[in-house]
Amino acid sequence: MKESSENLNAIDLVNRSLKARYRAEKRFKAYGIAAILFGLACLVILFTDIISKGHSAFLQTEVYLEVTFDSDRLDIDDVSNSAQLMAADYQGIIKAALRERFPDVSGRRDKRTLYSLVSNGAGFSLREMLIDDPSLLGKTVGVWLVADDDIDTYVKSRGDNPEDAFTGRMSDKQIAWVESLMENDQLALNFNTTFFTSGDSREPEQAGILGAVMGSLFTLIVTIVLSFPIGVAAAVYLEEYAPRNRLTDFIEVNINNLAAVPSIIFGLLGLAIFIGFFEMHRSIPLVGGLVLSLMTLPTIIISSRAAIKAVPPSIRDAALGLGASKMQMVLHHVLPLAMPGMLTGAIIGFAQALGETAPLLMIGMVAFIVDIPGGVADPATALPVQIFLWSDSPERAFVERTSAAIMVLLAFLISMNTLAIWLRKRLERRW
Amino acid sequence: MKDNTMNEPTDNVATNIEENAFSGQTVGTPLCDDAKMSMRNVNVFYDTKQAIHDVSLDIGKNEVVAMIGPSGCGKSTFLRCLNRMNDTIESCKVTGDIKLEELDIYHPKQDVVPLRARVGMVFQKPNPFPKSIYDNVAYGPRIHGLVNRKYDLDEIVESSLRRASLWDEVKDRLHSPGTGLSGGQQQRLCIARTIAVSPEVILMDEPCSALDPIATAKIEELIAELSQKFTIAIVTHSMQQAARVSHRTAYFHMGKLVEVNDTKRVFTNPEHELTEAYITGRFG
Ligand SMILES: Nc1ncnc2c1ncn2[C@@H]1O[C@H](COP(=O)(O)OP(=O)(O)OP(=O)(O)O)[C@@H](O)[C@H]1O
Ligand SMILES: [Mg+2]
Repeated sequence: MKESSENLNAIDLVNRSLKARYRAEKRFKAYGIAAILFGLACLVILFTDIISKGHSAFLQTEVYLEVTFDSDRLDIDDVSNSAQLMAADYQGIIKAALRERFPDVSGRRDKRTLYSLVSNGAGFSLREMLIDDPSLLGKTVGVWLVADDDIDTYVKSRGDNPEDAFTGRMSDKQIAWVESLMENDQLALNFNTTFFTSGDSREPEQAGILGAVMGSLFTLIVTIVLSFPIGVAAAVYLEEYAPRNRLTDFIEVNINNLAAVPSIIFGLLGLAIFIGFFEMHRSIPLVGGLVLSLMTLPTIIISSRAAIKAVPPSIRDAALGLGASKMQMVLHHVLPLAMPGMLTGAIIGFAQALGETAPLLMIGMVAFIVDIPGGVADPATALPVQIFLWSDSPERAFVERTSAAIMVLLAFLISMNTLAIWLRKRLERRW
Repeated sequence: MKDNTMNEPTDNVATNIEENAFSGQTVGTPLCDDAKMSMRNVNVFYDTKQAIHDVSLDIGKNEVVAMIGPSGCGKSTFLRCLNRMNDTIESCKVTGDIKLEELDIYHPKQDVVPLRARVGMVFQKPNPFPKSIYDNVAYGPRIHGLVNRKYDLDEIVESSLRRASLWDEVKDRLHSPGTGLSGGQQQRLCIARTIAVSPEVILMDEPCSALDPIATAKIEELIAELSQKFTIAIVTHSMQQAARVSHRTAYFHMGKLVEVNDTKRVFTNPEHELTEAYITGRFG
């Protein structure tokens, strides 16, 4: 009897505290949800800002003109002669086409203003056309030509309402011409292929990110090829072979320290060693990759060691007990089991490297480079550096291109992290 | 896993035993004539802590020797000396002579790879590789290059699984993961994996401690059968198991080998009072 009443008391006590416990639990959960909501909100704000600023960069204003491939003006008498095709004055026939479209314009200054409606790189697209189809010589065709960035900005900011338009450096005459082109549907926003197929340029309408993307790609390849095998080898040695003593403790402390060293210091180190001492060229992805490898190595070593440590010792015992050598144990059992963890860590490290700017500035990958790099030894910039450069440019048209480049970088990062998750799911095995 | 019921230890017996703390001389018959493995004056240290004190023991050909004793008395430590698994523990130092027939296994020039091919081990917790059943069994023959034709390998896998009496249960799913089997099946898979390399000696460290009575019975049957071909040293916490499967039983106490005798003798008429105290459940 007494015992059961005591039991009752105990359960009453439990019940009494239950409410408070559940409340505390709810609060605890609420903190977590609040933290996640805060993070999501920041992300949404960031993305809306970037996308709202950058989406317009994927479109480009183009002008419709009736261009005559006049052989006299182009100075081409033989279409099979590529030297003539290359040297011809295509800008000249564009100017002629503009004069024809606006016959009332007279005077040198006005004419020069008129010519600036069209990008001074537009001639290249005519050259491509003629090389593709030599029969165009002497004919008159309607073509869409890339407009100058001022016009582009005007058209994009104008929308349907001329009051909103950003006029910038444009003269009233230019505005009148643009409005007249628009009335006649001779001005349109088309997909901006240049942005994805060109290198950098001083002219926003001719500037693209392909150079920077290739630069980043080559840099990343060098980083992956160097840092992953070296990092994994170091981790395997430290975990499986190295004796535990003062020296290995010292090495461990230093690796952890290196992971926290500001990246610009790795840039300075690269400048001193690779460029200063080994006399490699500046601005090349090879040096960039070397520097980023140094930066990524500690991350890879630390995550690989953790992954190797997580492999159950019983698996090692099983392999060794069967007479496997240590190397066989590592290659056949430990590495396959540790691989998902190592890859996840490594990809996070590579994503970091992809977004790294400061060390690349130190080794000269910040130079203005128009050509698209074709290998690891060609001068190049990288995506984050390109963003940095454009964000510093005065032309208003670079603002949207900066945001667009950020979107491209984010797309790369998201796909890398997705790959990391996919690989982990794919390779993960139970034991 | 203790099968014997615990009697209340009477205080004076316990103190008696403490006072009588074992002098050092093993009683019974630790040595035998046709020894497969012979250990002489083995001492094992973890750093400065001595875990095995001056143990001498023979394991005869095709004999099953059971090692029993209270937890922490050094059974596993001693067993792991026999195929040098203790090498993997950095702080562990072994002195004394351990011979596999005429081979001095702790000779500085002795390679552990061929040694472990001759002296296999089954662990307490089933530890199949996270690979297919087939690959688990084929792993040993593959790394040692025992066969070079797929057909021969299939043969070895089948015969090993048959000997481990697992074949009928898994023959239809040889290529599904070994980790998907039940605990008892996993342990038999580990035994099959060990015998696939045709070792001469098999060391078993509490192979049934994670298993239910039915799986345990199967493994015990298996041990009896394996002893026709292999020499077996088995550590167990179950007296009944020791009594059922072994020919001789060695009783360890605090790192010392107290008594070795025929199994029947140890469990009916132990020579040393420490052994008697242990098997009657007065401590442990
Ligand atoms: N890796 C190690 N490092 C240090 N000391 C150890 C290590 N392994 C075992 N020991 C010590 O050695 C002694 C013997 O341990 P061992 O594992 O051989 O006991 P055991 O008889 O197998 O016990 P159990 O029946 O519980 O498995 C114990 O005192 C233990 O604390
Ligand atoms: Mg043990």
